[in-house]
Amino acid sequence: MAKAKKHDVWIDMTAMSDVTVLLLTFFILTATFLPPEPFRVVAPASVMEIKIPEYNVMTVLIGLDGKVFLNIDRPDVRLQALEQMASEYGVTITDQQKRVFVEQPFIGVPMNRMPAFLDLPMTEHDAAMRQYGIPNDSTNNQFTDWIQKARAIDSDMKITLKADESTPYPIIDKVMKDLVHIKANRYSFITVLRGAPEGF
Amino acid sequence: MAQIQTGGGDGGRNQPKKHNTRVDFTPMVDMMLLLLTFFMFVTTLSKPQIMDIAMPSDAEVLEDETPKVKESRAITLLLGEEDKVYYYLGKIDESSYSDYTTIKETTYSTRTSNEGLRGILLERNAEAVNLMRELKLERLERGDKMPVEEFNERSNKIKGDIDALTVVIKPLESSNYKNLVDALDEMQICSVGKYAIVDATEGDLFLVENYRTRGAYGEANLAPQAR
Repeated sequence: MAKAKKHDVWIDMTAMSDVTVLLLTFFILTATFLPPEPFRVVAPASVMEIKIPEYNVMTVLIGLDGKVFLNIDRPDVRLQALEQMASEYGVTITDQQKRVFVEQPFIGVPMNRMPAFLDLPMTEHDAAMRQYGIPNDSTNNQFTDWIQKARAIDSDMKITLKADESTPYPIIDKVMKDLVHIKANRYSFITVLRGAPEGF
Repeated sequence: MAQIQTGGGDGGRNQPKKHNTRVDFTPMVDMMLLLLTFFMFVTTLSKPQIMDIAMPSDAEVLEDETPKVKESRAITLLLGEEDKVYYYLGKIDESSYSDYTTIKETTYSTRTSNEGLRGILLERNAEAVNLMRELKLERLERGDKMPVEEFNERSNKIKGDIDALTVVIKPLESSNYKNLVDALDEMQICSVGKYAIVDATEGDLFLVENYRTRGAYGEANLAPQAR
């Protein structure tokens, strides 16, 4: 057998490189990044395998101290809800503040502090939010108001609750009761996957 | 045109060799594939799972609308502190309040062992668990050809059977969110279709306190009136 010449084994990788660059661009563009949360939460593990829907989801983030934050994933619904809330609570929001509001994924301050909060630079938002949270006591329950407003705009929005696994039960209970009170009887807990035990 | 003379004063061969301009793309492709795998994993793994909950409305339910369950097929779980679970079977009558052994204590099961809560539920719900296992086997044998609707309908029928186990989950104030999710998880694992999250009553708190003090609390305090 004749020996193959050395320079004949050279494979042109340019085409391969083209394909990978294309695929990479596709995956980078389709990747949806989770909205940055005001604080870190370790969700409890569960055997449930249902994935969270891509779109039309409200996420209620519950802090260990009982503070609640709300994320409405659709910017149009979020903005409409803000306008309704502003008129109900007699707060005026300027166009500039509305632009900032749409940029910030989480809602986490009482309505009367909203304009001042939106005037802060974005980098200070998380710290400011952690200080307040949405009021959800029985006399001033803006949390349920926000959800009712969003559900009035689109009743198909799914409600999910996200809380740390060490959150005391009474805090979760309060949010669950509030949701049932506004007739939002169906909602979901956000969990992380763990394998089911052997044989199930 | 400026040209770099590589050959020095060779003369005649002032053009660079053709095959030297070829760039080796192999490391580039390696890197791209690595990045590609990274993004593929990140996009699929970062999505969290959800556990659906349907709570009953808090409006007053009429007496004849409340679902009837067999007393003998009911089990009540009281989720307590430090990952403890207290449980009792059926309904509590007046005489059992004074007995601190009415409720028993167990723990959450781990992934590898069925000891604890899962063992109890599996034993009491054996029939439904077996039927569900057969159903899943049938689906497997038919090579996933079973429509989702048929599977759901049949599993609902098994889980909703009058003789299937009914679980009442009552998280106490000392429990945490993880306990609740763990308990709901066991419902999924043990094929329990009928379960509800309910507030603990005075009577439940009395029973737990009585159990913790080995009956001393029950002697010192009056049992609440059974409702």
